[in-house]
Amino acid sequence: MTVSPDLDQRFREAAVSMGLVDMGFDVVDSPVGPLFVAASELGLAAISFDPEPESQLERLARIAGPCVLRSPRSVDGARRELDQYFEGKRRGFDLSLDLRALPPFTISVLQELARVPYGETTTYGALASRVGRPRAARAVGTVMNRNRIPIVLPCHRVVGSSGNLVGYAGGLDRKVTLLELEGAL
Amino acid sequence: MPPFEHFYLEHRSEVLRLLRRRVGPERAEDAFQETFLRALQAYRRLEHGHHLRAWVLTIAGNVAIDTLRRTRPQSELAETGADDDRPAFEELAPLTDGLPPKERAAVVLRYGYDLSYDQIAAVLGSSEEAARQAASTGVRRLRRRSQ
Repeated sequence: MTVSPDLDQRFREAAVSMGLVDMGFDVVDSPVGPLFVAASELGLAAISFDPEPESQLERLARIAGPCVLRSPRSVDGARRELDQYFEGKRRGFDLSLDLRALPPFTISVLQELARVPYGETTTYGALASRVGRPRAARAVGTVMNRNRIPIVLPCHRVVGSSGNLVGYAGGLDRKVTLLELEGAL
Repeated sequence: MPPFEHFYLEHRSEVLRLLRRRVGPERAEDAFQETFLRALQAYRRLEHGHHLRAWVLTIAGNVAIDTLRRTRPQSELAETGADDDRPAFEELAPLTDGLPPKERAAVVLRYGYDLSYDQIAAVLGSSEEAARQAASTGVRRLRRRSQ
């Protein structure tokens, strides 16, 4: 017995309206490929370049609780701001973020990362200095690599000290695309 | 516990099939929605992910009974039920039969599901004030009916 898309959508809408969902997610189209986007009541919790939810849901459930459900409405705010960003109409994000379950060092690095302006780049070492750990460039690199909310937390703006792009969890092509979009390359 | 999405995708077809058989195609969709909302509401209180299929089919069975009950005459209702241990909101269903739909939904959501008025407003697509009004008018109407 196939569940019609209409019935499926009604259930998902009602679940969100009744506040029963710990984490909602959907796949959002973008110029750098489909993005898996997840948000809780606290805010945006994850963006992934791997649009297949399978690998993500267990992880989200561990962070927020088992009521993880696909629901376009949960990520409407993020979808809108991402669309504007990719259209070049938005230079900063106003979304609240769900950074639950991250260690304090990671959070302080991500907070500094969030201050790196649109269209500019910084280095791993500079970011390490700004959190008061000037020798922790490598640890900062690890935080960038594991960044749960790329694009919005702009780890693509962090490059090596000689200006080389170094790496990107989503692939260097995407890093180049994002920096070009912002006019940084 | 598997994420609810996995659980839902795995069992939704079977639940819909059961409900169509038990309450007919016309009422199966509402019953389907109610089944999975009840499941979602209880899901995070489950201690493990065993027997989830049996669990959701039981919920669907209860929803089917409630759905059929709602269409039976009141006198019959008085004789059945009352002595089971199901949650209060299921008991409310037959009581609130006959109320206008918005009032009925507001009363069930407020006194059965214990939702706040802003949550009820979201479900009904109305303002918080309108939700409060609908619940209180519904309750007044029920009181008058029971006198």
